Amino acid sequence: MALLEANDIHTFYGAIHALKGITVTVDKGEIVTLIGANGAGKTTILNTISGILHPRQGTITLDGEPIHELPAHSIVTRGVSQSPEGRRVFGRLSVAENLEMGAFTRKDKEGIKRDLEHVYELFPRLKERRKQLAGTLSGGEQQMLAMGRALMASPRLLLLDEPSMGLAPILVDLIFDTIKEINAEGVTVLLVEQNALMALSIAHRAYVLETGSIVLSGTGQELLDDPEVMKAYLGMD
Amino acid sequence: MLKNLRRRVSGTTIAMWVIGAILLIVVIVGTVRTLLIGKYTGADWTDLIVYGISQGSIYALIALGYTMVYGILRMINFAHGDIFMAGAFIGYFVASYFDQTGFLEQNLVLSLIFVTLVAAFTAAAMAVVLERIAYRPLRRAPRLVPLITAIGASFFIEYAFLGLFGSGIKGYPEPEALKGRVSIFGVEILKTQLIVIVAAVVMLIALWYFVQRTKMGKAIQAVSEDKDAAALMGINVDRSIMITFLVGGALAGAAGVLYALLFRQVYFFMGFFPGLKAFTAAVLGGIGNIAGAMVGGLFLGIAESLFPNLVLDGLGIPAPYQLKDALAFFLLVLVLIFRPTGILGERLATKKA
Repeated sequence: MALLEANDIHTFYGAIHALKGITVTVDKGEIVTLIGANGAGKTTILNTISGILHPRQGTITLDGEPIHELPAHSIVTRGVSQSPEGRRVFGRLSVAENLEMGAFTRKDKEGIKRDLEHVYELFPRLKERRKQLAGTLSGGEQQMLAMGRALMASPRLLLLDEPSMGLAPILVDLIFDTIKEINAEGVTVLLVEQNALMALSIAHRAYVLETGSIVLSGTGQELLDDPEVMKAYLGMD
Repeated sequence: MLKNLRRRVSGTTIAMWVIGAILLIVVIVGTVRTLLIGKYTGADWTDLIVYGISQGSIYALIALGYTMVYGILRMINFAHGDIFMAGAFIGYFVASYFDQTGFLEQNLVLSLIFVTLVAAFTAAAMAVVLERIAYRPLRRAPRLVPLITAIGASFFIEYAFLGLFGSGIKGYPEPEALKGRVSIFGVEILKTQLIVIVAAVVMLIALWYFVQRTKMGKAIQAVSEDKDAAALMGINVDRSIMITFLVGGALAGAAGVLYALLFRQVYFFMGFFPGLKAFTAAVLGGIGNIAGAMVGGLFLGIAESLFPNLVLDGLGIPAPYQLKDALAFFLLVLVLIFRPTGILGERLATKKA
């Protein structure tokens, strides 16, 4: 059984029909990526899964249990955490406090300590700057913090929204290496990316979105080999 | 070159400098003349300062409620002054009951603590109910709507108390043990003022610890900064907002009892002015900033107590002390003109990359 199943999801912003019947499944242990142009609905899908938005129609199940009517904060306790678009770290809290907030719902002190150490291993820069206010970090460091913070919830499913946005190429490589590493440790990842080439190269499977609907899906390699995809989303002939 | 200068310095800036300079001169002239006349002794000044600190620490306690609610909801809870009044009222009922049974005189410390706790608890409960029924349904409404509701809620509470308990001024019991002065480091302080200052400092430290050190306090800060991101951490946003109202209400209720210790009377409209003053203090310190509310409250209390005699007296104004309220709001206008972000302002640009 799939870890996450979103079935025929319709999400609205007021009168705007943003998601027009999206069906996405993510199996345990996978990296699945959603690619598509700006405004295609990628972020809307993640926000609908994490409970920031609620679908008007359709169901979302996690391990078979429906979660689409739950508020965002209870979905975190079910094991889904999100690193949101634009990072949105808490600028007036320190790095360590941001990570503490990531573990807000957890009670297992030992586990939190272990995960904190692990996040500092993945991102040594965060350890160096743990007492610094998050608002004073560089964009790349804030991205590491946003990912580390989401990991502190000890998620089964990690939702990553545009983790490479606005970062220098060397940092993009680091972030994608880290995503693979996190996945190898057993965390399932649903990744939204503008950088489709990078995303497809690490993803097991991918969905291509266009104005609120899924137009294509397949393994990462299949889509990379598809000339139409290349042309439309990667800007290559 | 002159053209360049004119481009950099606009007419408004020059006008502000001129106004600022004139005010500064007026303050200096007034102060120097007052001191030269020597109408007040050193003991008078310490009295005024101590009075200012005790008054200011009450402003600070109330101002925290304004500033925390503003921080988390970006709204001014204009009914907060009436929560303070409610605290003073409840405290009055408990205190006069204790007074009748003689418990107050026998166990003064215990009854003071109990009265304060009951007042804080009731005020906190009122603030939470207020948030739940009057503000939460309007969470997504335009910002003007909850503001108007807050003013309505303020009148509702005031006139509910008027209807229930009458318009008369009720006198707090005055235990013998609280009369007179004590000497601290050679300074003679009224016992009530000392209690007010000590109690307020304890509560301010407790609040500081709560907000900066506990997980819930940090969660409130996180919600203040970004509600959706906080929800993604598993923080229950509604619950955090409720706790903010609870804490702010408790501080206001306790402040009500402290205020009654100083002035020994309660009536239904008593929350109006301290509420406005505390709001002023919150703006003075930088609205949304917790340390700012504390600093702003103390600053306003001391300024209000000291400046009329220090500055206005020397300028030959016949009844300077009557002008203290005008002075408080004049300070508000000055801060809004010269430093709109308040004394402590924003420590950090909220804009993120």
